[in-house]
Amino acid sequence: MSKVLKTPISDAGVEQLTAGDIVFLDGSLVTCRDVGHRRLVERGMELPVDLRGGAILHAGPIVADRGGGRFEMVSVGPTTSMRMEKFEKDFIARTGVKLIVGKGGMGPETVEGCRRHKAIHAIFPGGCAVVAARQVEEIERVEWRDLGMPEALWVSRVSRFGPLIVSIDAKGNNLVDSNKALFNARKAAIVEEISRQVRFIR
Amino acid sequence: MATDREAQEMTGTMARFTALLAKRLPDDVLTQLGRLRKVEDGPLPRIVYDTMFKNLELAAELDRPCCQDTGALQFFVRAGARFPLLGRLRSILTEAVREATRTAPLRHNAVETFEERNTGTNTGTNLPWIDWEIVSDDATAEIDVYMAGGGCTLPGSAKVLMPGEGYEGVVQFVFDVVTSYGVNACPPLLVGVGISTSVETAALLSKRAIQRRIGTHHPNPKAAELERLLEDGLNALGLGPQGLSGKASVMGVHVESTARHPSVIGVGVSTGCWAHRRGTIRFDGSLRHQVLTHHGVTL
Repeated sequence: MSKVLKTPISDAGVEQLTAGDIVFLDGSLVTCRDVGHRRLVERGMELPVDLRGGAILHAGPIVADRGGGRFEMVSVGPTTSMRMEKFEKDFIARTGVKLIVGKGGMGPETVEGCRRHKAIHAIFPGGCAVVAARQVEEIERVEWRDLGMPEALWVSRVSRFGPLIVSIDAKGNNLVDSNKALFNARKAAIVEEISRQVRFIR
Repeated sequence: MATDREAQEMTGTMARFTALLAKRLPDDVLTQLGRLRKVEDGPLPRIVYDTMFKNLELAAELDRPCCQDTGALQFFVRAGARFPLLGRLRSILTEAVREATRTAPLRHNAVETFEERNTGTNTGTNLPWIDWEIVSDDATAEIDVYMAGGGCTLPGSAKVLMPGEGYEGVVQFVFDVVTSYGVNACPPLLVGVGISTSVETAALLSKRAIQRRIGTHHPNPKAAELERLLEDGLNALGLGPQGLSGKASVMGVHVESTARHPSVIGVGVSTGCWAHRRGTIRFDGSLRHQVLTHHGVTL
């Protein structure tokens, strides 16, 4: 049985999850990436979307304009979350967002923001943009279109959006960081073994 | 002398090929992903591979770009000096990108530097980027088309080592790049390594290296051995799909090299994500084309 989160997400909904869990999302999902974060955190602009209990997706989609204010999500995979590390802790504090979806891991500041304000970061498999687009039922509206297609805030209603792999939970666990530590621990011995075999300069 | 009509036809062909690349992975990449999928048995790697393959099926079925990040287009041209459209190739490829942006559709990924304005066409100052090699005196041309997302472009790195650091330094550099940034670049990765004199030549070679078909090897036996050692070693790190840990890390490691200045070892690393969207097309002197990387394609 897969776990499903539904917006608005409660603190209890967040606290039941642990890094490594797989979960799906029902409800509202807003794309927000580099410039959206920068505008809120650095320029102090108000986000034109209420994210309390909400979910954001680090993504710059391909959207088809069907005319008359109607849009279709064509392709919308996650982008590299680490680019938002600089802003995410403040972003969580300012917006009350509960679920941050992206690709790859995030760092200690986000871990701290998630722990303090009860939020999680989850990974949607990168490059799987058509699967994701098909889980978007409708684009309800778009804000900050002046930023261009990838950076605008696309507000979507999604159904069983996932798989989302919890990478940072509200208890301070960071799945990708633990994995990276494991990879780095393996590295030295492998590099040494290869180095022994490539001493071509004599 | 080629006619305007022939230039238009080539533009259309390149636009259709570019759009196709966004939606369908080349044969060698699909084969290798299928192989790596079988190796993984953990629950997270398996759900990720299932999602990846379902995504490719849906992209084909719905005729949509398989990844939303369709890159800032790069072309690697290997032409004969008498290729009939050589002098018009820049305008042909630029127009092909504009057309593919509308028809595929591709994401708008061209931001004018300093103006910080998205052109909305995927074209702009020196974009698409074209790498030129005049390889012969004949009338044919072979063109690699490459679209890489920001995620797998980010790890790209080059530096110049001192000879004392040797090939051991090259190995260390490759591993540092992959463990620091590779995790976020959508593994399993195709890793390109350039070994040359300076940063720009090493970096360019590393990018050309990932245009090579998976399973091909550097002609020098020592370099081919280095490719194998790096591939096995990186796989032993166990990045798994999406860096979620697993049995493998890479689809392959390709090394390209030049002779170099004795005082330095320039090394460059480029990574391609699992959705490695590159393709090669060949035009003969009569401008008939042949797609070399995707079987059964009619453009």
